[in-house]
Amino acid sequence: MKITRQQVENVAVLARLELSAAETETFTGQMDAILAYVDKLNELDTTGIVPTSHAVPMENAFRADEVRPSIGVENALANAPGRMEEFFRVPKVIE
Amino acid sequence: MKYQPVIGLEVHVQLATDTKIFCGCSTKFGASPNSQTCPVCLGLPGALPVLNKKVVEYAIKAGLATDCAIAPRSVFARKNYFYPDLPKGYQISQYELPICEHGHLDIEVDGVGKRIGITRIHMEEDAGKLVHADTPGTGDDSGVDLNRACTPLLEIVSEPDLRSADEAVAYLKKLHQIVVYLGITDGNMEEGSFRCDANVSVMPVGSDTFGTRAEIKNVNSFKFVKQAIEYEIERQIELIEEGGKVVQETRLFDPNNGETRSMRGKEEAHDYRYFPDPDLVPLVISDDWVEDTRLGLPELPAVKLARYQDELGLPLYDAEVLTATRELAEYYEACLAAGAPAKLAANWVMGEVTRGLNDAGLAITACPVAPGQLASLIALIDKGTISNKIAKTVFDEMWQNGGEPAEIVEKKGLVQVSDTGEIEKIIDEIMAANMGQVEEYRGGKEKVFGFFVGQVMRASKGKANPAVVNDLLVAKLKR
Repeated sequence: MKITRQQVENVAVLARLELSAAETETFTGQMDAILAYVDKLNELDTTGIVPTSHAVPMENAFRADEVRPSIGVENALANAPGRMEEFFRVPKVIE
Repeated sequence: MKYQPVIGLEVHVQLATDTKIFCGCSTKFGASPNSQTCPVCLGLPGALPVLNKKVVEYAIKAGLATDCAIAPRSVFARKNYFYPDLPKGYQISQYELPICEHGHLDIEVDGVGKRIGITRIHMEEDAGKLVHADTPGTGDDSGVDLNRACTPLLEIVSEPDLRSADEAVAYLKKLHQIVVYLGITDGNMEEGSFRCDANVSVMPVGSDTFGTRAEIKNVNSFKFVKQAIEYEIERQIELIEEGGKVVQETRLFDPNNGETRSMRGKEEAHDYRYFPDPDLVPLVISDDWVEDTRLGLPELPAVKLARYQDELGLPLYDAEVLTATRELAEYYEACLAAGAPAKLAANWVMGEVTRGLNDAGLAITACPVAPGQLASLIALIDKGTISNKIAKTVFDEMWQNGGEPAEIVEKKGLVQVSDTGEIEKIIDEIMAANMGQVEEYRGGKEKVFGFFVGQVMRASKGKANPAVVNDLLVAKLKR
């Protein structure tokens, strides 16, 4: 096994997902298969090869520190499922 | 058993750029909620971040000022977690390859110097702000303001080299002074431009294994940092003495009762699954860029402090007061540039100028008396045109109504009288009117001398040259 049930449960907690027992079972099997497939890459000898972090060989894309117009509160909130005056509305956050 | 506290600090410095780190939205404080947002900082799908070059320049400055090595190549990473103030579900930060590493800062506590290591400095974006409204009808819901989202921050991480709350505060003050001198932040702690997380643990004295640490989050004043760390050290020692164990956790400092308390629940999520952000290309910094930046650095406080003592001959105390902020040092240096002698200028800046500013609640940058005016005033004292006492009157006049010192002195007839004839006349009149005291003095009661000085000064409206008055009085009374 490449992944345990407990690891799947942990990832679900991190992603704020509630999984039923059956779903956990299904996803554990599916993720295990995916990981086993990707694991094939480990057969390659990558000694001395720098890990690739970016697919495009490019560096240093900058912008100048110049203010550009924002899109406005109404546009910003247009797609929000809920608003409270000029704020996005979200379920209460416990500190 | 005796315990040794071990402290490491993570400081977040908000950079004073006009725009956010990855988009052109303004970073101005106090705008109405969500008015400074765009697809990038709202985390809308498909929006691409582009790095603000000024943020990189500021990070290099901070690195050079703390003797860090500037990485020729660094990479941005995604720090993944879910919280309503983080619209993308990840924070763009730096992880494996930060821009600065291996620096240090020298502090002093009770006259003992110590070098504190700086592990790393990296660039990252801030999150938004949560507000817990009590608007009727909104129930228990919270509001999110994303104006602050994507604001540029530097995170400056120290080695666990600090051994007391006092050392931690000394380190923070030093670091604050440096980043403000560099002009890369406004340093406003109340607005959160300089805030600190403290990692605190204790171990038995003599041990070389650190204890389990607790992290105190987001303390935003020097006073609170001291309180929070001292409380936390006490708490951990008591816990261990009672046979308990410190757990690794995040704690919150409550300024109302001076205690720290556990933020249960947030801890389990501390698996950030960092990976390089494919939206941002690697950052390559050439030696030329680093050297150009080094040449553009202002004189840093430690160098200034030494120079004020060595070159200007000021005592340590004066040098410390005058270099406390860059603005005050610049005011002082402008006085010197206008020709004022170093020590006299120091006395005036630390004395009348500072007192006036404190009384009026003004910053040095808003001082009503310009350095040039002060230098002219000091020149008048130096030449003996006016006494120190009169100079204070002139200073007050400049403070209230402006004007050049020489003109004020002339207009108000404040020129010091050193003419012996004129002063002699006054003395004769006063002695004639106070024969009783003259007899007392001649009878050996020398204390009466002060009475005569006072009378002469009053009669001359403070304009008589005190040294001349003294000499003449002695001569005449002794006779």
